[in-house]
Amino acid sequence: MRGASQAKWVVAAVAVALAATACGSNGASSGGAANDAAVNATGTFSYQSSEPQNPLQPANAMEVGGGRIIKQLFKGLVDYDPADGKLRNQVAEKIETTDATNYTVTLKSGWTFHDGTPVTAASFVDAWNWSANTKNGQINSDWFSDIAGYDAVHPEKGDPTAETMSGLKVVDDTHFTIQLTGPVSYFQYKLGYTAFSPLPKAFFTDPAKYGQNPVGNGPYKFVSWEHNKAITVAAYDKYAGLDKPKNGGIVFKNYTQPEAAYKDLVSDNVDVLDQVDPSDLASYKTDLGSRAVDQAQGAIQNISFALYQDGWKPVDKAKVRQGLSMAIDRDTITKTVLNGSRQPADSWVAPGAMGYKAGTCGDACKYDPAKAKQLITEGGGVPGNKITIVYNSDGGHKEWVDAVCNSIRQATGVECLGDPKPDFKTSRDLIKKKQVESMMRTGWVQDYPLNANFLRDVYGTGAAANDGSYSNPEFDKLAAEADKATSVEKTAELYQQAEAQLAKDMPAIPLWYYKTTSGYSNNVQNVKFDSFGDPVFTQVEVKQK
Amino acid sequence: MGRFVARRLLQMIPVFLGTVTLIFLMTRALPGDPAAAMWGDKAADPAQLAAFRHKMGLDVPWYEQYYNYMVDLFQGKFGTTMSGRPVIEVISDALPVTVRLALLAFAIEIVLGVAIGLFAGLRRGKAFDKSTLILTLLLISIPVPVLGFIFQNVFSTQLGWVTPTVQDSENLGQLVLPAIVLGSLSLAYVARLTRTSIAENIKADYMRTAVAKGLPKRRVIGTHLLRNSMIPVVTFLGTDLGALMGGAIVTEGIFNVKGVGNALYHAINLNEGATVSGFVVVLVLIYLAASLIVDLLYAVLDPRIRYA
Repeated sequence: MRGASQAKWVVAAVAVALAATACGSNGASSGGAANDAAVNATGTFSYQSSEPQNPLQPANAMEVGGGRIIKQLFKGLVDYDPADGKLRNQVAEKIETTDATNYTVTLKSGWTFHDGTPVTAASFVDAWNWSANTKNGQINSDWFSDIAGYDAVHPEKGDPTAETMSGLKVVDDTHFTIQLTGPVSYFQYKLGYTAFSPLPKAFFTDPAKYGQNPVGNGPYKFVSWEHNKAITVAAYDKYAGLDKPKNGGIVFKNYTQPEAAYKDLVSDNVDVLDQVDPSDLASYKTDLGSRAVDQAQGAIQNISFALYQDGWKPVDKAKVRQGLSMAIDRDTITKTVLNGSRQPADSWVAPGAMGYKAGTCGDACKYDPAKAKQLITEGGGVPGNKITIVYNSDGGHKEWVDAVCNSIRQATGVECLGDPKPDFKTSRDLIKKKQVESMMRTGWVQDYPLNANFLRDVYGTGAAANDGSYSNPEFDKLAAEADKATSVEKTAELYQQAEAQLAKDMPAIPLWYYKTTSGYSNNVQNVKFDSFGDPVFTQVEVKQK
Repeated sequence: MGRFVARRLLQMIPVFLGTVTLIFLMTRALPGDPAAAMWGDKAADPAQLAAFRHKMGLDVPWYEQYYNYMVDLFQGKFGTTMSGRPVIEVISDALPVTVRLALLAFAIEIVLGVAIGLFAGLRRGKAFDKSTLILTLLLISIPVPVLGFIFQNVFSTQLGWVTPTVQDSENLGQLVLPAIVLGSLSLAYVARLTRTSIAENIKADYMRTAVAKGLPKRRVIGTHLLRNSMIPVVTFLGTDLGALMGGAIVTEGIFNVKGVGNALYHAINLNEGATVSGFVVVLVLIYLAASLIVDLLYAVLDPRIRYA
């Protein structure tokens, strides 16, 4: 992975060294030493987490608090290899298509739910039909919108007219077919999302009760949920997947203050950290040494233009937008203001996602005050010679927004101000109602590691997350072509061409990619993070005490 | 006395209704749509959003929502959180923890505060009195979060006596450190109030009489001096119990205690009006009860205060 830090190599080296010493000491030596790396395969560890927002149902988790637990309890047809983000089959033996519209799924046999019942084709089809239905109130229900017959179970207005989607057919216990409303070449990539998990029969009798005590088919089975305190899961011994747990279980401990979690990590009272809080970022590498984690993540921070405002509509303004992008000193801001917790962006897709192409943004993402000034003048200047950046002040964005504005002001003389809104909801409200005057903070966290997710869903005309109302027929045409491609590789390539269009229009300025800044305690080892920013829970090894 | 209690209880009704109405309007006036907030960064799915709003009763005008809320409240129903959990369950999980924390802090501030105040008042102008004044001034001027972090660093990171955060919120022993932090500000006030009151009353006529009667020193100070000096302190303590419960938000955050503060923080973040107002209703009730007890205690402390 690009941007792998030295810390990662140090971690690897230490892990090897520790493993070596463990082989030597073998067994009942004077245990208890901090660097005794004998592994307790049934040991449990704790993780800094937060209270899930919804009951634990696979299509009902959008935020991380519930999402990361669902991911451990359930396993769908496919998932993404944590090492390189590539798609791999889990419950699916194979998924075949010739036209990117009709898919035939073959399941592996031997998969069971935690209650012992087998995972069959019906487990998927029933789960998807239930989850897509409006009246079942699943927050991720629109993930099924590609499937034929979705309109019947999830109409735009009013009650559903059907219980099942016509596009899903069970052939036998290990086969089912999916028909989409149109070609979506990367549909398999979407299938890795937790909303597509299978559900056991027991679920449908009382989904609400099940949500408090879920039974999945993943590497871990549910043990207990003490609300607002902790959720405990244990390794499932009959797990049939590729990623068998190397530990006995996980306790997801709730923290409301990240500072408190960090203090607990330093004193070994919690084992793996979600994120280091901003106030400890400057010192966490010295505090934790080789146990510090600093790794790229599949998420990007942008500032987008309110293209629906008259001042930004003229074609020439693309030059102004490029100029503004060139006026931002990404290197310095990420190093100083953000304490190295971000990586300067050079495209609209995060590295680690399939189809990421370094440098798509070109010179526009390189700091060049002289050129910036020139482009802004050529483009007719910034409307009103003033820009404001709308952001939510509850998310730790103030510092970098001010820094970006300073950079723009110093390089170009354009007046730039941060426009803080008290909280995330308020700023989203304003953005959704299209009331932003010039610019707004936008970010994107990948749903699946493919460039289409960073492009189609953010910059397509009318796309749900297209906050700036960007619309370009050329981009839409390329995206539509990419969706029709019959291989994911071809899709990724065509989306790269669509991304090139963004470089010309600059509807949003890519600022930097998120990084996982985290760490782990002396009790565990082999802690690696995937591009979603989650640790690879199954690979964590608990040290023998 | 009985009539006084009855009148006070009746007075509580408008106060209670007023606060509940206010908090209802305030949580509803918060910007942003709680249903849409469930989607976070992403755009809400319109059909699903409409379904949620209907389920949560958000698709009717505010006065209708208010009416529904009040009707439910008088039937003892606090509604449910957005995840479908009854609010009353959330409260009954979190409240005992905070009550324990607040009572512990309360006990610390009464015992230590009154003792220090008494000592300082009796030895007015001496070294102990002066150092009390300086120390309490220090406690009053240090904000609670700062004090919390100092205590956390000194007692866990430096000395290693305790874990930095509370590992088990039900464990009274682990709550001692947060309770000290929580109670420290009030402790300083109690000590100062007691000191001034004692220093004043020590010159009172009844004190001279008591000494002249030849009463033992313990009786002079215990029954005559302390009892009469307690009125301002009790007034303060009564309102303070409510403040401690509400003020635990910061302390609970620092020490990761799973109490009211923790639950409220979570609810406010999610824009969960039902949970927030549920907690406030309970806190208002506690506050009202505490101030009633204070009023009744006046008569016990000073027989000159009578209630018709």
